[in-house]
Amino acid sequence: MATNARELTNTEFLYGHRACAGCGGSLALRLAMKVLGPRTFVAIPANCMSAVSFLYPQISFTTNAMISPFPATGAVLSGIEAGARALGFKDYSVVGFAGDGGTADIGIQALSGAIDRGDRVIYVCYDNEAYMNTGIQKSGLTPFGSRTTTSPAGRNIPGAAGRKKDMFEIVAAHGIEYAATASIGYLEDFLKKIGKAARCRTTSYIHVLSPCATGWGFPVEQTVEMGKEAVDCGLWVLAEYEDEEFVLNRKPKEFSCVGDYLKKQARFKHLKEKEVEFITANRDKKWEKILKNWKA
Amino acid sequence: MPGCRIFVSGDEAVAEAVRLARPHVISAYPITPQTVVVERISDFVEDGSLKSEYLHVESEHSAMSAALGAAAVGARTFTATSSQGLLYMAELLPYVSGARFPIVMMNANRTLATPWALLSDHRDSLSQIDSGWIQVYCEDAQEALDMIIQAYRIAEDPRVMAPIMVNLDGFLLTHTYEMVELPGQEEVDAFLPPYRTGNKMDLDDPKTVCYAAMDEYMEFHMKQELDMRKAPAVIAEVDRAFGDRFGRSYGGMVEPYRCEDAEVVLLTLGTVTGTARVVVDAMREEGHRVGLAKLRFMRPFPRQEILEIAGRVKAMGVIDKDISVGYEGIVFTNVNSSVCDLASPPPRINFIGGLGGRNISKGHVRGMFGQLLKLAGGEGMERIQFINVGCEHNG
Ligand SMILES: Cc1ncc(C[n+]2csc(CCOP(=O)(O)OP(=O)(O)O)c2C)c(N)n1
Ligand code: SF4
Repeated sequence: MATNARELTNTEFLYGHRACAGCGGSLALRLAMKVLGPRTFVAIPANCMSAVSFLYPQISFTTNAMISPFPATGAVLSGIEAGARALGFKDYSVVGFAGDGGTADIGIQALSGAIDRGDRVIYVCYDNEAYMNTGIQKSGLTPFGSRTTTSPAGRNIPGAAGRKKDMFEIVAAHGIEYAATASIGYLEDFLKKIGKAARCRTTSYIHVLSPCATGWGFPVEQTVEMGKEAVDCGLWVLAEYEDEEFVLNRKPKEFSCVGDYLKKQARFKHLKEKEVEFITANRDKKWEKILKNWKA
Repeated sequence: MPGCRIFVSGDEAVAEAVRLARPHVISAYPITPQTVVVERISDFVEDGSLKSEYLHVESEHSAMSAALGAAAVGARTFTATSSQGLLYMAELLPYVSGARFPIVMMNANRTLATPWALLSDHRDSLSQIDSGWIQVYCEDAQEALDMIIQAYRIAEDPRVMAPIMVNLDGFLLTHTYEMVELPGQEEVDAFLPPYRTGNKMDLDDPKTVCYAAMDEYMEFHMKQELDMRKAPAVIAEVDRAFGDRFGRSYGGMVEPYRCEDAEVVLLTLGTVTGTARVVVDAMREEGHRVGLAKLRFMRPFPRQEILEIAGRVKAMGVIDKDISVGYEGIVFTNVNSSVCDLASPPPRINFIGGLGGRNISKGHVRGMFGQLLKLAGGEGMERIQFINVGCEHNG
């Protein structure tokens, strides 16, 4: 199972889709599929990725694939796995790719159930930090201060008020076999984690930050850079949960500037100094906890 | 295992039938009065007499979603629910039927909140008649057992390819004990061959299922409707084949009872049929020309059979254990839309009763026939009548 750039197959399993230029999510899916290979069953709920790749008769997956109902990814994956098990299939993977809304909000129940049952499925959340397919509405993973079409930034409300649920820790709290965070800014790390997930015997979960040029408002050629900077400024953390322990994968020697990262994106343009300071202070609190409790 | 006779409840009869049908995957979530089904099936999986993957899901939405996933790889699946649970999984019903997956589900008919109530009426399943599922309603535990087995053969028939909801009146049937013939496994295996389909994701021939369609959406659903129109013939064929092998058959779409020379006929759904049968027998003894027609299926709708009966009678009654608030009983609406094609349709009364499990007794049924006989005699009658109610209703 090749998980680095040099050995990764040239075969494409997802191509010809209609995602926007500068789409981080489609990059995450395309590369994850190269790790998982042809004997993969894919389920994608209603979201950008299914909207751009399943329009009959122009289907963009060459592997087995289906759209699952928006709230049901975890349960559909369980069903595929149970069916495959009962029918005696050998040597295959079952993977779901759900957005942040499909994972942390409407789909959290089905995801929780799948992990609880321990079904051998890989659940990938590609996090573009809003309901993008329906036109950039706030989700439970939209970060504080973000302007969306349902959290407009004006005189009274400074964008989204939530704190971004910590899905990684929520999933880990289930005692899952393997969970990891990743970013499309650090692709080899992401691919390595997909590879690990594929080798699990029970449920695994990968949460990959996937910048969205359209929804975040940055030039389309900066997607990967944006994914890197989110990690480098410490707002996004690369980590794993394995053997019931949290492991920090990357500790920047010195954080890059949070304000610089935010100001490159239209969704944060309105933030005032005081809000940037609040976001930075929250980052520091989180890191303090991480450095104290997680293995480095 | 050879066939035998067993003393079981309706729920247990369903569980026994599921064991005989050997689904690959079962996913279910408990709700009264369906729970006994999922408990018994769990016992069968535990004792090894049923070799299925049993998924303990966290909701009815997930129960049907897991069945969907399993059906998508070509597995035979089963689930069961009731009432609030059926509505909770409602998103999945057209999803599954649109994908043409032959999932079989038992529904224990129970009313809908609010007010909360546990007992039986048909508001749950009838709210879903437009979901693309075949709906069959059972009168007793034997029919329930036999219909689960028949349901797989009908649903999986390449001419049909539609999911089936097998309805049992909550408590009245799910919790009532009866002697039931249990067919032998070999006989059932011979009647119900393994499920084979090309409509699935396949490692040797990768495919997409449950995709999106813009231009073709209309054609997909027209095809679904055209295939559903073939279902009545398949239902009749399967019923006959079942009769040939097991000695029991149910008459296909509708079972008429003493309708031959009847002046008035009452249409029923589910267990109230049993009560009505007794009343028909008694009133026949007294010389009244009354009959009943048990509607076994609500989808596809037995239009042809109803037209034939309606064409011969002077008045027709429809019992509805449901109401589409703001109009009339749902069965009544469906019957009306069929009989209005007759040159001179018989006059009709809608008897709405049994809501929230309110009893419909022999006396009430006798009263209905009385009204119908008066109607047949030319008297004007109220079109919609509430049965066994404790309050005045202002007509
Ligand atoms: C039950 C249900 N509710 C709402 C929708 C509408 N809907 C479709 S996609 C979507 C947003 C998906 O957001 P997310 O999961 O974050 O993925 P993204 O589109 O951002 O990639 C919504 C709200 C739906 N399809 N089904
Ligand atoms: S809106 Fe964002 S996530 Fe959706 S396709 Fe476009 S770039 Fe990708």
